[in-house]
Amino acid sequence: MLEIIQNNWMLLLIGQYPNGPLGGIVATLLLAIAGLALAFPVAVLLAVARISPFRWVSLPAAAIVHVVRGTPFLMVLFWSYFALPVLIGRPLSGFWTLVGALVLYESAYLAEVIRAGIQALPKGQEEAARSLGFGYFRTLALVILPQALYNSLPALIGQFVSLIKETSLGYVISVNEFTYAAAQLNSQLLVQPVEVFTILAITYFIICFTLTQSARWLEQRIARSRQGRPGRREAQPQTDILATEPMP
Amino acid sequence: MGYEFDFSAVLTDQYIDWLLAGLRVTLLLTAGAWALSFVVGTALAVLRATGFRPAVWFVSTFVEIHQNIPLLVQILFWYFAMPEILPESWREWLNRNNSEFILAMIAIALCHAAYISEALRSGLRAVPVTQYEAGRSFGFNYIQTMAYIVVPQALRLSIPPLVNHSLLLFKNTSIAIAIGVHELTYQTRQIDSDTFRTFEIFLVATVLYLVLSFIIMAVGNLAERRLGMGVR
Repeated sequence: MLEIIQNNWMLLLIGQYPNGPLGGIVATLLLAIAGLALAFPVAVLLAVARISPFRWVSLPAAAIVHVVRGTPFLMVLFWSYFALPVLIGRPLSGFWTLVGALVLYESAYLAEVIRAGIQALPKGQEEAARSLGFGYFRTLALVILPQALYNSLPALIGQFVSLIKETSLGYVISVNEFTYAAAQLNSQLLVQPVEVFTILAITYFIICFTLTQSARWLEQRIARSRQGRPGRREAQPQTDILATEPMP
Repeated sequence: MGYEFDFSAVLTDQYIDWLLAGLRVTLLLTAGAWALSFVVGTALAVLRATGFRPAVWFVSTFVEIHQNIPLLVQILFWYFAMPEILPESWREWLNRNNSEFILAMIAIALCHAAYISEALRSGLRAVPVTQYEAGRSFGFNYIQTMAYIVVPQALRLSIPPLVNHSLLLFKNTSIAIAIGVHELTYQTRQIDSDTFRTFEIFLVATVLYLVLSFIIMAVGNLAERRLGMGVR
């Protein structure tokens, strides 16, 4: 097994780069980071729309979230693969096709995480801001969202782990990423599938486990720091951080 | 966009047969994996609840491994690597009996069993200790207390996450396309490459998935309303 890693670590780490497209673990991480960075603003908008007092804002947002929750990620990926190039009028690389699918799919799940964060805040926060003369949007932007986003940080890391796991499905449409690199390696070596797929699984495990553990650590830290502050003791139930995790 | 939708090209008798065949495999895969994952998940949760150190260690390792590796990688592992490890006779049996389907079902079931055992565990922890104490003081022994008092409440408390994971399991059966299981997504692609009516056939398939997902969500809501414990 070590021999396989020694001979092929470049392929597994960065794919064919610089002689071909970037692939391997680096591409997997870049895909997940780009997906999260682009999905995040969309998710905040969706979450805010979902708790809006106006039904004509909250209903469409709820519909989007439910439709995405009811669709397999692979279907979203194929839509991104076929429809995005038609919509933007030019061909799209595998990398951006996958990022597009991640943004479409994850925005809905992230929005639910952020919504849970907002709804877990004590009502007094909003009331205090409103009585200080802040309008709806200033209350949201300066008082509610900063606290809600900070409190949902562990859940957001959990969601990032989901994104990393979802990038593996790029394999199905031949996007250059880690799983694809390993499958290439497997068909090159032919006779060592156990070794190759064990390397693949262990590497994903190390990356994702490190992240989930740090999310747990952060969650405890945040819970402690909130308990420590006087006057907030009666606040909010703890939201279950992995409850909405979408997961392949 | 100037694209002319033409559903009559994809909804001929032949393609409807293909779709229905795919739907059948998707439903079979969902049902098989769901049943297996609930059996394994419950067994894991019970093992963990015993508090016996090696058992707890085994269950938490199982859970972490299955939650931190992509399901696709688990399916690929079962398909490409597992048959090499299994004894010769098992491999022959698998090859004779539609190995893709069985291996995909096992991989999906074990992965989701990890999530289900976690959902059950948090349900068990949410039942107040006084319930257990009350059961014991009525003269029930440990097993009776668990079976008649604690577990039924824990199950009801876990309905929302269990429904959530059932839905995810159903959606994740589409990943079995990666090893060539002839489920709904696979048949959709077949029809697509046969007719080049990409948007129509993917629209039909997406609506099929959505309808089934909404049925699962509705059944979940019903179960939650009929059996759930409400907010405590």
